[in-house]
Amino acid sequence: MFKEAVIDGLWKQNPGTIQLLGLCPTLAITTSVINGLSLGLATMFVMIVANSSISPIRRFVPDEVRVPIFILVIAALVTVVDLSIHAFAEPLYKALGIFIPLIVTNCIVLARVESFASKNPTLPSFYDGLFMGLGLCFVLIILGGMREFLGQGTLFSGFDLVFGQSLNFITINFFDEYSGFLLASLPPGAFLGLALLIALVNWIDQKNKK
Amino acid sequence: MNNFIKKNKIVGRTVLVMVIFGVIFSTILQFVYNETNPIILISEAKAKERLLLQVVSKNLYNNDLINSYIKIQPNERLKNKDTIKGYIAMKENIVTAVILETRAPNGYSGEIKILVGISSDGNILGTRVIKHQETPGLGDYIDINKSDWINIFTFSSLKNTSQLEWAVKKDQGKFDYISGATITARAVIVAINEALIFFKENKLKMGINV
Repeated sequence: MFKEAVIDGLWKQNPGTIQLLGLCPTLAITTSVINGLSLGLATMFVMIVANSSISPIRRFVPDEVRVPIFILVIAALVTVVDLSIHAFAEPLYKALGIFIPLIVTNCIVLARVESFASKNPTLPSFYDGLFMGLGLCFVLIILGGMREFLGQGTLFSGFDLVFGQSLNFITINFFDEYSGFLLASLPPGAFLGLALLIALVNWIDQKNKK
Repeated sequence: MNNFIKKNKIVGRTVLVMVIFGVIFSTILQFVYNETNPIILISEAKAKERLLLQVVSKNLYNNDLINSYIKIQPNERLKNKDTIKGYIAMKENIVTAVILETRAPNGYSGEIKILVGISSDGNILGTRVIKHQETPGLGDYIDINKSDWINIFTFSSLKNTSQLEWAVKKDQGKFDYISGATITARAVIVAINEALIFFKENKLKMGINV
């Protein structure tokens, strides 16, 4: 059960590369590692709490109104995350902007609640939320890394804004004079980057089959 | 008759469940809002002060800058559509500088918002573009994060720069620009010039009678 959740979430059913759910933030926010990581963590948190709070009450939720209730729970959780980030990480709030409240409309959250948490016990639902969220988080980080490296010639820039000045050293500058490859930072770069990532995943899968 | 009761039972149950969920989650939200709101207000004020500090240095004032402002009605000079705040920096109760927000409506893509710090004798202390949608990689050099072009206005005034000189070098003016993005520079220069004129016309209202 645990092992299944790990494999499904991180690889076989990865939300970012296989299920292709919740692409809006995946494409829009991944201009740097820190943006990808932050939104990934926020989404993961919402998925974990949504899954593990809906699973125990699944028997009390009438079938006819389950979707409105799920959305109510998810929206409340996202608002909590939104307010907390605004209060405790103002620069991060600025960077992620509208995409935090938009986690509500991220289909992957509702999809996992509807297709998994509403039919399974609490512990497996918790694992499902955790590893699906982690899988999405990994995709956001990798895509953010690809686009940041090509677009700005750096990696891990802006970590100090979110996690405090002491992490200033973590930013890697690869080039002294780099004017930036704009395409990677702009929306087309997100589509191309994700396409390359999916191609890579498919290639690895096919190779393993042989 | 039996059917009617049965139907109403389902309706009643779903309504009840939805109300219960609504009450539970709005209570949670109310609690989180109450907890985070003061922190959010503080961090927003801090962010605002950091912004103001970019155009007026700390040693110029010892008043509560965020809370000492005049209200500026919409006018032709600053091009504001709503009432905005003009911040007044004071040292020992003497006005040393003012901070105005001015708009360039004719940027290459949309409005450019600029913060201008002006000393009491009419010199520019600092300028920052706080909002713009200029082309990334081309017109966005007005943003301090991309280049320090915006600093060329420091120390300029209406006295040391004649009205004709408030233009890009291409138009026989005084200010440098990046070729290929002249429209952006023109818009910014005009907006800053207008801010200085506004200051000259209204300085009595701001407590300056030099």
